[in-house]
Amino acid sequence: MKFRRIILMSAVLPVLLLPSNSCAMHISEGILPFSWALFWFCASAPFLALGLRNLARRSEADLASKPLVGMVAAVVFVISCMPVPVPMAGTCSHPCGTGLAAVLLGPALGVVAAAVALLIQALFLSHGGLSTWGANLFSMGVMGSFAGYAVFRGLRLAGLGVVAAAFAAGLVADWATYAGTALIMAAGISGTSPFWPLAGKIALAFVPTQLPLGIVEGAITAGMVSLLRKKRPDLLVRTVLTGIGREQR
Amino acid sequence: MINLFRVVLVCALFTCSVAVGALYAADKWPGVDEAVVNRIAREHGREDRPPLIPTAEGDLQLFMFLMAGTVGGFIAGYYWRVLLEGKKKRTDEGSTR
Repeated sequence: MKFRRIILMSAVLPVLLLPSNSCAMHISEGILPFSWALFWFCASAPFLALGLRNLARRSEADLASKPLVGMVAAVVFVISCMPVPVPMAGTCSHPCGTGLAAVLLGPALGVVAAAVALLIQALFLSHGGLSTWGANLFSMGVMGSFAGYAVFRGLRLAGLGVVAAAFAAGLVADWATYAGTALIMAAGISGTSPFWPLAGKIALAFVPTQLPLGIVEGAITAGMVSLLRKKRPDLLVRTVLTGIGREQR
Repeated sequence: MINLFRVVLVCALFTCSVAVGALYAADKWPGVDEAVVNRIAREHGREDRPPLIPTAEGDLQLFMFLMAGTVGGFIAGYYWRVLLEGKKKRTDEGSTR
């Protein structure tokens, strides 16, 4: 049975994880007009500043959380570099990891993790762009993190288990990122065309790829949260398990 | 002997999957940036520009992605180990008290 699983994984994993050219989702360099690119830089800046302040405070208050922040930032970077082919759509895209970061560290630190990942990708991987960094940060960092976190908290308050809520957070964070990209793109390139039909057209074009990929992202988020809860529940007391009685954890 | 056969079979299957994927990936699996973002942007008169540091040429991009995955994976693994060792240390300290 175990051997069969290994055989299956050895055949499926390379196809899923194989990197190929331009399997990205970010808005490429030069797509947005300068005014819109600047607008999204300004819109993302307060969230990034909030995240950096949280990071500084957290580092002072709790040295033990440093490795967790480092690990999550690295995981967000790796996940968002990982093109996943979606056979039903015939295209590739990648999960974002910001739902995971938001659940484990809080949404503001999710923005910081996304900012670092996007900057490295724009500089060295031709993935996204420097001029569109603000727009990509807003969709992936701000919208992804905050939407994921809001769903996670809402479902926890409604009494759902940690792992199920984490799954929903990852799923919604991924879909919110692409909804954000559709809105940002439509705002930037619509010109004289009506805004909402174009936003809808872009969002619909994302659906065949992102619908299944959102589920993959939900599974990744749920798996990581479940693993950390099992191995180091003490690290999650202030975030994932905050305000929840021990018997509910 | 059977174990060796299994290892060889798994390696062969893995290599074949990579080779088949590599043959078709670049043409058949465009990223959604190309399939959606850039295509719709072009329809509305916006073209993407080459990146500031052009690392998307030839196999350089594969190398860069491989390096990114390796370094990112190493950092994530390192911190994961630190997290687990932190737990172990705390448990050891607790037991000596």
